Amino acid sequence: MLDLDFEFNRDTFCLQVCAKFDAPITGILGASGSGKSTLLAVISGLLKPQFGFARLNNQTLFDTKANIFIPPHKRRVGLVFQDGQLLPHLSVHNNLLYGYHNIAPEQRQFELKEIVKLLEIENLLERKANALSGGEKQRVALGRAILYSPSLLLLDEPLSSLDERLKNQILPFFLRIKTECKIPMIYVTHSPSEIEFLTDTHLIMSEGRLGASTS
Amino acid sequence: MLTAPEWQALALSAQVGLWATLACLLPGISCGWLLARKDFFAKPAFEAILFMPMVLPPTVPGYLLLVTFGSQGFAGQWLKNHFNIEFAFNWKGAVLASAIVAFPLMVQAAKLSVQMIDRRLEQAASTLGASPIKVWFTVTLPLMSPGILVGLIMVFSRSLGEFGATITFVGNIAGETRTLPLAIYSATHQIDGDAIAMRLIFISLGFAFFALLLSNILSRRAEKWLGAHRA
Repeated sequence: MLDLDFEFNRDTFCLQVCAKFDAPITGILGASGSGKSTLLAVISGLLKPQFGFARLNNQTLFDTKANIFIPPHKRRVGLVFQDGQLLPHLSVHNNLLYGYHNIAPEQRQFELKEIVKLLEIENLLERKANALSGGEKQRVALGRAILYSPSLLLLDEPLSSLDERLKNQILPFFLRIKTECKIPMIYVTHSPSEIEFLTDTHLIMSEGRLGASTS
Repeated sequence: MLTAPEWQALALSAQVGLWATLACLLPGISCGWLLARKDFFAKPAFEAILFMPMVLPPTVPGYLLLVTFGSQGFAGQWLKNHFNIEFAFNWKGAVLASAIVAFPLMVQAAKLSVQMIDRRLEQAASTLGASPIKVWFTVTLPLMSPGILVGLIMVFSRSLGEFGATITFVGNIAGETRTLPLAIYSATHQIDGDAIAMRLIFISLGFAFFALLLSNILSRRAEKWLGAHRA
């Protein structure tokens, strides 16, 4: 599925990653500043590494030797940020359909109705993005990314701004996405309990290096 | 209530203000965005030059306009020969003078509005398949729009008050370049002009108050619209 071998440098920070991702959900565990978010930004195309390549299902995302760099809007890689990043000037409904409308109808694997039902956000559709609670925002952000029918879904600490009770309410939705939508996910967090709940496959990120789990 | 020349001054002011505002719109958005988002050679110098009309005595841009865009100026002659456009001593010159003096206000408003945008919103849009141009039109521009609106109101209000650059560049010709402030100036030099001046002054006060009121209300609404209070 995802095959990475690259190096990314910024100021004194260096991220070096050589890894293959095949699991339905791969957890990446690491402290803040370890390079987890940078890794996701590189996979999604928001950052451009200096050396190396990335391939997703045999499609090259970037390859510095061959001078290939696919920009983020052409990668079909979904990214859910920590605080959702819903567009504040749009309603929940239009936020959900933002990516959906950016792909051709024949590429759409999911419909608004089913996703809205799956994530239990039916009663939020007419609200403005700002009028949502943290947990609602994250569910909408997740729905928005899924409706874009990505071939890979990146989750950048999606629950870290929520309290324990809300976390436990939202975590099962990720499992639902895994079984119902079958989109492979990379789930980045600093919380071992989230990883434990979601997957058996996880890697540890530390000081810009990705290593196998020691547990 | 108002006499014909007073109405004329009022209408001319509105006309000049609207055209000046329109003229500042696109260049103002572009420069504001450029200053907020791009790094380029000599950016501080570019910015300093852009904002100079705000701190210079307005007679300075007025005089410089006269020597470049006046009938003897190189730009003035070129425009007349090639496009038959003349700025000297007519209302179009008043528009040019107002636009140049008020332009920094538009740039400042646009720049601030871009700086307020969380770039991760634009990144989120691009990871949802939006091309850079689409991101600009569906995320950046809508989020800038409250700032742009406030900028436009400020430019319009500043144009209504433009005096120094206008009188230096295009003079004080009734019905052609005599806008509200120039009409007040003329009235105060008239023997029995006090009543006229007073009426025009009240109109100016009203204009200024309502423009600022409107700009305040709009920024409040915009903040609410974008949820700044909750953040």
